[in-house]
Amino acid sequence: MIRVTRKVEFSAAHFYHNPNFSAEENRRVFGKCNNPHGHGHNYTVEVTVAGELDPQTGMVLNLKELKEILEREICERMDHRHLNYEVPELAGQIPTCENLAATIWRLLDPKITPGRLDRVRVYESPDIFADCTIDMPAESNGNAPHAAPSAGAKGGA
Amino acid sequence: MSGPLKISLTRRYRFSASHRLHSRLFSEEQNRELYGKCANPLGHGHNYVVEVTVAGPVDPSTGMVANLGDLDPFVKREVIEAFDHKYLNEEIPEFGDLVPTTENLCREIYRRLQPFSAAQLERVRIEETSNNSFEFAG
Repeated sequence: MIRVTRKVEFSAAHFYHNPNFSAEENRRVFGKCNNPHGHGHNYTVEVTVAGELDPQTGMVLNLKELKEILEREICERMDHRHLNYEVPELAGQIPTCENLAATIWRLLDPKITPGRLDRVRVYESPDIFADCTIDMPAESNGNAPHAAPSAGAKGGA
Repeated sequence: MSGPLKISLTRRYRFSASHRLHSRLFSEEQNRELYGKCANPLGHGHNYVVEVTVAGPVDPSTGMVANLGDLDPFVKREVIEAFDHKYLNEEIPEFGDLVPTTENLCREIYRRLQPFSAAQLERVRIEETSNNSFEFAG
């Protein structure tokens, strides 16, 4: 198996605010990210696709096609937009890099072929990034006795 | 073919410290042969970059695996304040008998960060220089 990674960048505005929290609680939990005027980042997204090498082309998938998918699914939706208001796929979510990584995964996953999506890494800054991958059981014998529920995010830790 | 998704959050921190690679188990000559100029007796230093990765469910009320408002002060208190501008061999008790290679540093920093309670510590990766990096995932 070979992994191929392509990087794209976009710039966008956001802020963190939970309407179920009081103003004081929002400030306490989100700090300066709660500023209602918003702020922005230069985001970098690294998309990794895993697959078998096609002996005819020497490629897992055509990077030109991957570039077009990333341009369409990520940049056209998010570049120079306000993530809280202008990206329907993020509606109802706090636009953290964790939620961005999961949202971008869901946008890309059905579009990637050949190969399969292996990792989406979203850098909010050079020092902060979130990874979205498939949650593989640590010890898989290919004969799992019970399937893990694939529910969305859960609260608490 | 999407299964349950796993989300992790990684944060990069920095500290500068000096060290010397030298083991009491070896003769001076063996130390010089094994560790080269890293065994120079007066030590040398690096600008270390520590990448801390935590994983776990995303809390829907915050959109976060862990709030950096919790992780940053924890890492600063447990690691950065303890290690920054120190001589690792003399000032970090765990390196009294343990050679402060970056491999051992990864394990020690992982041990110090493991009690972080808001999310699961997944990995500690350290860049000793821009050309050398080491990681420990428990």
